[in-house]
Amino acid sequence: MLCQSCNNNQATVHYTKIINGKVSELHLCEECAREKNEFEFDTAFSFHKLLTGLIDNIQSETMEKDLQDIVCSFCGSSYSKFKQTGKFGCPECYNSFKSKLSPLFKGIHGHNEHIGKVPERGNQAVVKKREITKLREELEELVAIEAFEKAAVVRDKINALEKELEEKRGDN
Amino acid sequence: MGKWYEGTGPEEDVVISSRIRIARNVQDYRFPQEMGIEESENLTQEVLNGVKNIPNNDNYKFIRIGNLSPVERMVYIEEHLISPGLVQNIDKGSFLLREDENISIMINEEDHIRIQVLLPGLNLEKGWQFCDEIDDYLENSIDYAFHEDFGYLTACPTNVGTGLRASAMVHIPSLTMTGHINSLVQGLNKIGLTVRGIYGEGTEAVGNLYQISNQTTLGEKEERIIEKLKSVIYQIIERERDIRNSLLSKKRIEIEDMIMRSLGILKYSRKISSKEAMKHLSNVRLGMEMGIIKDMDFKSISKLMIDVQPAGIQKNKEQNMSKAERDIERAILIRKSI
Repeated sequence: MLCQSCNNNQATVHYTKIINGKVSELHLCEECAREKNEFEFDTAFSFHKLLTGLIDNIQSETMEKDLQDIVCSFCGSSYSKFKQTGKFGCPECYNSFKSKLSPLFKGIHGHNEHIGKVPERGNQAVVKKREITKLREELEELVAIEAFEKAAVVRDKINALEKELEEKRGDN
Repeated sequence: MGKWYEGTGPEEDVVISSRIRIARNVQDYRFPQEMGIEESENLTQEVLNGVKNIPNNDNYKFIRIGNLSPVERMVYIEEHLISPGLVQNIDKGSFLLREDENISIMINEEDHIRIQVLLPGLNLEKGWQFCDEIDDYLENSIDYAFHEDFGYLTACPTNVGTGLRASAMVHIPSLTMTGHINSLVQGLNKIGLTVRGIYGEGTEAVGNLYQISNQTTLGEKEERIIEKLKSVIYQIIERERDIRNSLLSKKRIEIEDMIMRSLGILKYSRKISSKEAMKHLSNVRLGMEMGIIKDMDFKSISKLMIDVQPAGIQKNKEQNMSKAERDIERAILIRKSI
């Protein structure tokens, strides 16, 4: 095979690029390859670049039609800036860019939902919801082993918590 | 419990120290990178007010980065008490350090608040327990930025959720010299853990020391993240000990020779770079860990591994030293301690 660049020498360097599943091939002689610098991979594969690359990737997959940039209502930072820097401007950015974040977090962490610690002051609703989820699991286990009396107690607890939540929502 | 490098801890023949840090941010403030001086000052005061909720808080010393000399800043980094990221925010960054140096609270690093606990040996649960407690006290008066789905909100999406980074600093010369380290790194990456040099992201591994930590922070409970890391560390400990034992039985004279030569260099050299010193200190530490060297303790060697760093050498000197001057000073310091 001849070099695709100079069409003169034998191609000894074969280069395959795969970007988003699109494969492109390049066959070059050593000289042209050196000239083209195709082999100078960006060795500083910095973490930051990997991250912003991931953001780009997710954006192009899910939001191709959405060309308008989103701006955070609190700090005025834009989603395109986040794409560049990989850093948010303020906590409120998470709400402003919410629709785009779930797939991104899934990509980074393999999950998109927090199940760990909750700051209890000011987040009582979250605490209650967590409790309900836990009790539901307990209820299922009890029903499975046919411990219906205990299950009834747990069910009542769930109902009470749900009612509390409901009232809270009404207050707001 | 004294300073982390002066104390002793479980599995200290492989694990030098355990570190837990959590990232927290405060509602209605921009992240440190984006904020102005006034905003950063208001935030600092808010955190200082929160610190008043901690019992015996007069044990904490408050230090502003801007009030430290460049050498002093480096010394805190070399002792792992603050992060390199904090000193980049010269006019906004500050930190509180507990007297025993086990706990530091950094203000305006990448996030508003970073609570760090550093303990000798393998002690991750204790570290989390301390972090969790301090966090609860701060939360009494500080409105944390928290999202029902995403958890604790952080400046970088790689910390969101628990904001938790748990890490253990391990000394694994046998795994390194037998070439197992590469497969270890790859294996750890596959299960969401990561290996770094001793001064954090992007730093080089020196003295066969590595930091192993969790990579992901969202979707798992804190206890689970710590448990997972701990079980992996135990496997590494086992493996390292196995190889040490087989080296002892198969290559005893070669290993003893390597260790004793290193001890000789440390004892008698007249000038030595930090890299060379770390290499030989690592060998001597291995000698202690394998029972070949018996008349020294881990404490003095851990301390030396910090003190031989460039800023450590410079710390009590008034004039700025050249590299050659530091190398001479370093050799003197090591000779005095060994």
